[in-house]
Amino acid sequence: MAERCAVVGIGQTKLSKCRDDVSMAGMCREAAQRALDDAEMTWKHIDAVVIGTAPDIFEGVMMPEIYLADALGAAGKPIMRVHTAGSVGGSTAVVASHLVQSRVHERVLTLAFEKQSEGDTNFAFSSGRSGGVGAGGYFAPHIRAYIERSGAPDYVGPMVAVKDRLNALKNPYAHLQIPDISIEMVLESPMVWAPIHRLESCPTSDGAVAMVLTNEAGGRRAARPPAWVHGTAVRTELGWFPGRDPVNPRAGQDCSADVYQQAGITNPRLELDLAEIYVPFSWYEPMWMENLGFASEGEGWKLTESGATSMEGDIPVNCSGGVLSSNPIGASGMLRFAEAALQVRGLAGAHQIDGARRALGHAYGGAAQYFAMWVVGSQML
Amino acid sequence: MRDVAIVSFAQAPLDQPPGQTETMMLIPTITEALGNVGLTRKDVGFTCSGSADYLTGSTFTFVSMLEAAGAWPPISESHVEMDGAWALFEAWVRCQHGDVDVALVFSSGRAGLGHDLRETLLFQFDPYYLAPLGADYVSLAALQADAVLERTGKTERDLAEIVVERRRAAKANPYATISGDYTVDDLLAKDPVAGVLREHDIGPPVDGAAAIVMVAGDRARDLCDRPAWISGLDHRVDPHYPGVRDLSVSPSAKLAGEKAGAAGVEVAELAAVCSHEELVLADALGLGAGCAINPSGGAVVGNPMMVTGLARIGEAANQVMKNGKSKALGHASSGPCLQQNLVCVVEGRN
Repeated sequence: MAERCAVVGIGQTKLSKCRDDVSMAGMCREAAQRALDDAEMTWKHIDAVVIGTAPDIFEGVMMPEIYLADALGAAGKPIMRVHTAGSVGGSTAVVASHLVQSRVHERVLTLAFEKQSEGDTNFAFSSGRSGGVGAGGYFAPHIRAYIERSGAPDYVGPMVAVKDRLNALKNPYAHLQIPDISIEMVLESPMVWAPIHRLESCPTSDGAVAMVLTNEAGGRRAARPPAWVHGTAVRTELGWFPGRDPVNPRAGQDCSADVYQQAGITNPRLELDLAEIYVPFSWYEPMWMENLGFASEGEGWKLTESGATSMEGDIPVNCSGGVLSSNPIGASGMLRFAEAALQVRGLAGAHQIDGARRALGHAYGGAAQYFAMWVVGSQML
Repeated sequence: MRDVAIVSFAQAPLDQPPGQTETMMLIPTITEALGNVGLTRKDVGFTCSGSADYLTGSTFTFVSMLEAAGAWPPISESHVEMDGAWALFEAWVRCQHGDVDVALVFSSGRAGLGHDLRETLLFQFDPYYLAPLGADYVSLAALQADAVLERTGKTERDLAEIVVERRRAAKANPYATISGDYTVDDLLAKDPVAGVLREHDIGPPVDGAAAIVMVAGDRARDLCDRPAWISGLDHRVDPHYPGVRDLSVSPSAKLAGEKAGAAGVEVAELAAVCSHEELVLADALGLGAGCAINPSGGAVVGNPMMVTGLARIGEAANQVMKNGKSKALGHASSGPCLQQNLVCVVEGRN
């Protein structure tokens, strides 16, 4: 029987275009210190550190755990670095939770970061060749395929773009703050990768997020309400072969089925109170709602259209503003996991869903082929 | 803790055709590691790998390695941008949950691609204060070598003797880059390249790939006559800035060794990329005169970065599985001057 795992501390930095007031280490330290403060712990309480970030070439630091060891108080302790493309923030939290569940460590600090302003992400995305299509160029054909298959009205993507930016106004850490956001504004923004308008795309952000995870005993005596980990799962599939469905990837379906089974969930829409889902381009909300079993195939857009995924709906999605409002790539997955945990702890502030008991954190990466998820709850499972 | 054992180890041969990719090196290596114990990719419950983008100069290189892992139908999988030894650590942790019995661990690296590893590894350093100094890993290793020789009273001749011995041992290892009979005087006739270090003191960067199969509980006994049971696995890091460390010793290796139970090992395979690092590690791990060090030749006869540590663990496991040893140690390291160290102790049981 595995040990239980609880999230007892969460910290994040103000997500923004350029944190030129701090080094990478300084930015990571800021998030980690806030997580320790939230847990009412100090650096000496931490047994091990697990970090995650997207490709090293984004910032130009190879295997950054070597450099960050000092700033993260890791000297004399274990530190490791996970890398699973865009899902990395989620995968990193999963690895950290496993260190607790396996009883290898009692208190683990996990952190994910990206400081995009230090490098040229699109250049790096194209493996150091200029003129690459970038992530939007890769995903746009999948979105077009989704629209064609599902018959979704063209205003659904812009609706997601507006909803998530309105949610971001309630999250002081969110990068984009656009008080006058509207469907018209989204449609008037430049078409960058048809059908993705500029305002239907995520920004590039600097930021870090950290969590303190501990075991059952630690969760029971936590300074503030803990979030209990009810299940974790990762799945990966090949990104390119005949017969693969990149619009509704099987790895995402399998991963969600696994995590729901661990959490004892049979109807995610009914049994989860909210979800923080990795939506870097607006249309990925309806696409993932289907992939994650919140709607049947071809019906995901109706959840967006009916307002079910708004903060007032029955299954709010991305109350934090999501990736559409802040995208420190390597940290974006862990932000979803952390925001899900904040909600069930009742500590999400102005974007809190009242009485949230169970929430899903989700991240994906690569050619929509890497998935990491967790379900967290206010009560021990 | 759940009993978990290494039951198979395979590595890619040295003579790779030009243009060989990591994926191409890994496909036969993984097949061999699984095939050795009658398994296929479908039997694997968790896969974990290690590699580094900067060695190929490209982003997301690990994604193409999924072809070698065989990620369809979807698999439960993770990756660390670290030596494969840390992938082995993650897989060992995952095996503790009880729902996974067979884990596949592999790593690959193209340190031999032709670029200068001394330049590439500058990117590992603090980008604001350390990297701009241009003190590459060999230069920093030379500072460490100085400190070690001063503390121990040993000389460049002692370092050359280590290399002569490793190259001689490597004659029995078809995966070693350099092997053969050399004399200390021949080696010392060459000019140093940095401080006291000569070319022979520094393991040559080469391409490589390796795979390990890890199995939990009774299943390991079914698959392997003499599994290499993991009795201790721990890793620790020292501060990054060389200026705040006493480079002549390795507190992180010492602590990892203590936690992993290094005392009393009969054989140690150390990821000592430079000859003097063996002295630091043997001291930190408390390896006595009765302990055989690097019977494979170790990393000083060939350094397939990202694979070097995993291969040391594989060689240590082979000492138990194939050579009848009862307790062996595999070591991995990362960062300048042995900044980060991992120790895996494996045991045979009768």
